[in-house]
Amino acid sequence: MQLLVIQRILGLLLVIFSSTLLPPIGIELYYQDGSVLPFVEAFILTLVGGIALYLPVRNQKKELRLRDGFLVVVLFWTVLGIFGGLPFYLSEAPDLSITDAVFESISGLTTTGATVIVGLDDMPHSLLFYRQEIQWLGGMGIIVLAVAVLPMLGIGGMQLFRAETPGPMKDNKLTPRITETAKALWFIYLGLTVACSFAYWVAGMGLFDAVAHAFSTVAIGGFSTHDASMGYFDNTAIELIAVVFMLLSGINFAIHFGAIRNRTLRPYWRDSEFKAYISVLAVVSVITISYLQINRTFSSTTESIVTGLFQVVSIGTTTGFTTAEYYSWPGFLPVLLIYVSFIGGCSGSTGGGIKVIRILLLVKQGARELKRLVHPNAQIAVKIGKKPLPEKVLEAVWGFFAAYFAISALMILLLMASGLDLETSFSAVAACLNNLGPGLGDVGQNFASINDFAKWVLCLAMLLGRLEIFTLLVLLTPAFWRK
Amino acid sequence: MNIIILGAGQVGSTVATELAREEANEITIVDKDQAILSELQDRLDLRTICGNGSYPNILEMAGADDADMLIALTNSDEINMMACQIASSIFHTPTKIARIRSSEYLRNPDLFSPESIPVDFMISPESLVTDYIHHLIEHPSALQVLDFAGGKVQLAAVKAYDSGPLVGHAIKTVRQHMPDIDMRVAAIFRDGQSIKPSAECIVEAGDEVYFIAAREHIPAVLSEMRKLEKPIKRVMLAGGGNIGGQLAALLEKDYQVKVIERFAGRAKQLSGMLDSSIVLLGDAADPDLLTEESIESMDIFCALTNDDEANILSSMLAKRLGAKKVMSLINRPAYVDLVESGLIDIAISPHQVTIGTLLAHIRRGDVVAVHALRRGSAEAIEAIAHGDKSSSKVVGRSIEQIKLPVGVTISAIVRGDEVVIAHHDTMIESEDHVILFLTDKKKISDVERLFQVGFTYF
Repeated sequence: MQLLVIQRILGLLLVIFSSTLLPPIGIELYYQDGSVLPFVEAFILTLVGGIALYLPVRNQKKELRLRDGFLVVVLFWTVLGIFGGLPFYLSEAPDLSITDAVFESISGLTTTGATVIVGLDDMPHSLLFYRQEIQWLGGMGIIVLAVAVLPMLGIGGMQLFRAETPGPMKDNKLTPRITETAKALWFIYLGLTVACSFAYWVAGMGLFDAVAHAFSTVAIGGFSTHDASMGYFDNTAIELIAVVFMLLSGINFAIHFGAIRNRTLRPYWRDSEFKAYISVLAVVSVITISYLQINRTFSSTTESIVTGLFQVVSIGTTTGFTTAEYYSWPGFLPVLLIYVSFIGGCSGSTGGGIKVIRILLLVKQGARELKRLVHPNAQIAVKIGKKPLPEKVLEAVWGFFAAYFAISALMILLLMASGLDLETSFSAVAACLNNLGPGLGDVGQNFASINDFAKWVLCLAMLLGRLEIFTLLVLLTPAFWRK
Repeated sequence: MNIIILGAGQVGSTVATELAREEANEITIVDKDQAILSELQDRLDLRTICGNGSYPNILEMAGADDADMLIALTNSDEINMMACQIASSIFHTPTKIARIRSSEYLRNPDLFSPESIPVDFMISPESLVTDYIHHLIEHPSALQVLDFAGGKVQLAAVKAYDSGPLVGHAIKTVRQHMPDIDMRVAAIFRDGQSIKPSAECIVEAGDEVYFIAAREHIPAVLSEMRKLEKPIKRVMLAGGGNIGGQLAALLEKDYQVKVIERFAGRAKQLSGMLDSSIVLLGDAADPDLLTEESIESMDIFCALTNDDEANILSSMLAKRLGAKKVMSLINRPAYVDLVESGLIDIAISPHQVTIGTLLAHIRRGDVVAVHALRRGSAEAIEAIAHGDKSSSKVVGRSIEQIKLPVGVTISAIVRGDEVVIAHHDTMIESEDHVILFLTDKKKISDVERLFQVGFTYF
């Protein structure tokens, strides 16, 4: 472990992160409806904290090793979760405790979108903007951003990159140089955000709301500037635009890259993960809309279709915007939607959950076992596209799946032990681990009412979900710390 | 530069490591073995593609569409040629370099032209290594002998020994001993570090002294620097593979050559190929065989098998049994440092030899040769100066006027057939071949820029 090198990078990253507190200061000076003080204080604290870490070890310029990469990423997300909570803690309205401030900040950075703040409509613009901004930064990954702007991370950057990007296969670089790859990803991300803001604005949102919601849509986050979330606008066009951009952001960015570079849509149809992703969402939408129709939940068919589609895509991609109180929908629908969020977005996207590719691989493996029962001597390769996958990847997927459910079971038990009911515990853990946002029961609208212990457990769940469990879990193994 | 490398074997990985270190290069490496690729991916900032490098779809995945250069280094000549052909026909890759090992192809240089097989440069590691060893045998007191400007100028390295005539004297005394020979000490390495060779610098025992002189003066300078060694007569080569066979064929005219080969089939083949050499069937690490073949009277023993460990051990054995000088092929850089200070006189790193030649094709600014010295910690470069005083940063200036980066010195200039050893007031003219010496590899790109002609000129 090269602790000094890690400290240096950590300090540097904090210094970079401190600059994200500047835009809210600008917003505050423009709207003048809150206080500029919390942001200025947080900016100074973060900057000084970063410099204090960096300066003593600024000459430690060794390459990062694989292990260091894990530690940097986990430490960074944890430290950032805490520093990111400073503005929430320091501001007077809303008056949040440390627990709530950290919860809100981690929820933002991990693109979960679970909130403890009630009365968003009356909050100062600066604070609202800050929430959206950290979601946006967390979406593509702050470390990926750091790799893009700091060429000195070099090969070490690859270790960080791998620890942060989601999906089972992480060696597929878009370009030979890691810095260029990170830049390409951020350009696509930025492009989607600009397009989304523009579309929202044209469809009737105010400029502030348009940009703020574009941030959380493209990041698959789910924070909104209104308590009623997307439902506040009550505008079909906006909802459909949101559906399109949530879908786009849930696709592997490598495929966007291929499509843009070759100016063709072929990469999409060639990708089996994309096809599975669209199929799952389509099937669940049809089921949801039909069931809503049968139960006459909404008065008009159009409303059923638009609301059903919006809710399925929002929850299926793990965004977590709401236009209706889906947690009070009839029958099995709420639980079905929570299940879909376990599948989540594609690998290499900003979405959360287990990722479509892993589910696809599990299904294919299941099919292989069935075939083996019929043909005991058959050699059957599990393929994605037309390429057989190495057994190593398959084993890793199983390991991931097992860990995912073991962790969620453990956390549900912890929440129930803290006094929450089953529905709330189950949905809260699912909503946080999948980086979804809203749950069912007591956490249907927000997470303000649950106890502090549960919030800390859920903070951990959100980090585990964003870093895909193993990156964080590996730090808990003795082997990691052995010299 | 966007470079695709095919084959992640020893040469391929070394080239990739070398090139990926420079920020301006974007490297994609293709190989059939995923395990090697994963290992490279962990170590270097490059992209890897698993598959057969001559398939168009694999080349496309590797980004052949906008690649500036294809370097085919797989162990199959045919795949390398095919890949160059495909890169040329489908992707119009500007520069294509292929490793061609078998001399059957090399015998027909017309084969490789844009019309037939579009390979721009061929490199044949075996021939390069053979030539390199040949030079060392010709100049027995040198550690390394390198050609510049088609062999008109040579750079040679000697080790200063305690009793030698060099130790304890300032560099300028060497020149006083040989007033009619123009030479220049380019660099001195002491304990692996380079020290600036000023005229007052006093040579210590164990120093490696690099000097540059016209080819015909090299033997005279060498004998001045080292006590006269008896000329080489008897050479024993352990390992009759590609390199061993070629080398024996080159040497057998002037020396008495014995080749030891383990495999009966190959030994038989060799005996057919060679005329006056004696081919011995057996193990080079067998002391009885070596004694039987009077190892103690051998002037040079060369271990040339593919196996580093076998080479090192058999050379050490030969040295103990009385061979005057032993050389060994060693691929792993870590081993080279281990053995060169001890029992083995000269360790030859085939990769360094190959890469020097390869890098010369990759460098910009009319760099025609790049040779690694001291296992790559320093480099000697040959570059051609173009343009005139206004467009070039070097032409029309004397050496002291040129703004050379720190750690770079100009050692010699070749103008037509004339060799000019550099002095502070030597003027550089257009079309001069300038030989520079770098002690810091990072300065290579600065040197490249120095020799690029200003764009305004065109």
